[in-house]
Amino acid sequence: MSCWETLADYGLRSLGIGERLLPRTNFTLCQQFVLIGSGMIWNVYFGVLALFSGFFLATGLALSKAAKNPFLRKPAEWFIFVFRGSPLFIQFFFAYFLFLSLKQVYPILTPLTSATLGALVVLFLNTAAYSAEIFYGALQSVPKGDIEAADAYGFSGWPRFRQIIWPTMLRLAWPAYTNEAIFLFHATTLVFFSGFPAAKQKGDALYYANYFADKTFNPFIPYPILAGYFILLTLLLIGLFGLINKRLNRHLPTAPKRGKRPLVPGFLR
Amino acid sequence: MFQYCTDPSTLDGLAWLSCYLTTAKHAAFYVSFGTVLLLLAVTAPAALGMGFLGASAARSRILPLSIFGKGYIAIVRGVPDIAFFLFFVIALDQGIEYLRHITLCPDWDQPIRQGNDFLVCPAAKAPLGTSPQWVHEVYGFSIAVFTFALVFGAFAANVLYGAMRAVPRAQLETAEAYGMNTRQIFWRILVPQMWVYALPGLSNLWMVLIKATPLLFLLGVEDIVYWARELGGTKTPQFTEYPHGDWRMWYFLFLLVFYLAFTRISEIVLDRLMQRLTLGQATMGGEAQRKAAA
Repeated sequence: MSCWETLADYGLRSLGIGERLLPRTNFTLCQQFVLIGSGMIWNVYFGVLALFSGFFLATGLALSKAAKNPFLRKPAEWFIFVFRGSPLFIQFFFAYFLFLSLKQVYPILTPLTSATLGALVVLFLNTAAYSAEIFYGALQSVPKGDIEAADAYGFSGWPRFRQIIWPTMLRLAWPAYTNEAIFLFHATTLVFFSGFPAAKQKGDALYYANYFADKTFNPFIPYPILAGYFILLTLLLIGLFGLINKRLNRHLPTAPKRGKRPLVPGFLR
Repeated sequence: MFQYCTDPSTLDGLAWLSCYLTTAKHAAFYVSFGTVLLLLAVTAPAALGMGFLGASAARSRILPLSIFGKGYIAIVRGVPDIAFFLFFVIALDQGIEYLRHITLCPDWDQPIRQGNDFLVCPAAKAPLGTSPQWVHEVYGFSIAVFTFALVFGAFAANVLYGAMRAVPRAQLETAEAYGMNTRQIFWRILVPQMWVYALPGLSNLWMVLIKATPLLFLLGVEDIVYWARELGGTKTPQFTEYPHGDWRMWYFLFLLVFYLAFTRISEIVLDRLMQRLTLGQATMGGEAQRKAAA
């Protein structure tokens, strides 16, 4: 079987398209590359959607945490504390079993017990909490002069936030937020190892890498392939976020020179 | 455990619960919390040691050593940690068995990899097939500890590498002017001063390490996640004296609360430590403390 045929058979296997049975004997290098790559679709799906939706909730949470009104502040503080203080792995387990119980009472919630939606909800809430803490920190460091100048120009309320505070907050938060995005993508590999079932063997990249390692009893091929895919994904992410960073900083006379800043490993679950 | 527990089916309410929560299996569940704490107690210093070695290698003047150190940091950080855990558990096991195989059975003529099998001579099995159960458990736990130390060592190396660079250059130059050699500067000037800069990163890492302990479950250790799944599952009257429905949700809620409490307490302790360390330092934090006191 040529590699092209393998690609046609297994390229979209993680979505349930193509050959139904996974390879069982005579594993080729090509099969491992294609299937693990196919699993990456799920990692990208979880990562992109959770990151995008989490961004908006995080902005809201950061604002409520910075609010003076305790009815706004306390819920935001608790939300951030619960999701940042406990392991994502346990959150997945708890959420899965919670959704299972809810399903008994409200059958309409059945889709939540699948990884497609349930795990996405958990990742969304989790990344929102982590990003909110980053945004909150950035919000506290918005220069006082910026806000005073905005007041002097007659800005207030929504326009002041949208045009003065928010862009500066994003600009300050961006390096840390890039980290958060990278670790979110890494965290997506936990999904199929934490209760959520991989229906009909439709799993993510780590699921297939683990499948090959179990079947061949040779971890030295599938895991490095997985590592390669993730390093590529990380580089792509850094490039993309770098472009946005450039746009956020475009009004500054010279882009502030950051030396090789070590990425702080604070956002790993 | 209690006298009245001989026939649980006649009990209800709190009496039933007190019997249920003190069964032998629940005792194993409580002991597994000790496993988690033991893992943390062993892994944290081990990871710090690995991190120190990694950071020293990364800033070495010898090029291959520095490439090795930087590569170690970059690769471990670039790949999901759970992939590393799954990889190292098999890889380490096979590595150990392979080395034992070479030394113990030099005249074994069959290939080790036969198709999908990894075959070593029986004497090289680690641990030996004949050894008691506890040896297997200790072996599995040690491999888990080593894997954790390797992965978190890379994170610690990253923090310490940054901290070493944060020590003011003038300090090192002064030491040079006094005629110290490279080794003396490293041990007497750089290492004692880097800890203040490293502490925020290291305390962050401690939190990350706490939150990574449930991954022990994936390494095949019978930890709290294993027991929570086991005990919470639906129990029918045929197999147990304490039948109940699917309670896994409540068991995991308990684990969630346990971790929240654990991270919260760590946070408070580390904050105190940081306050103690910044006292009198010529940094923003130290200045703020001085002003507050005045």
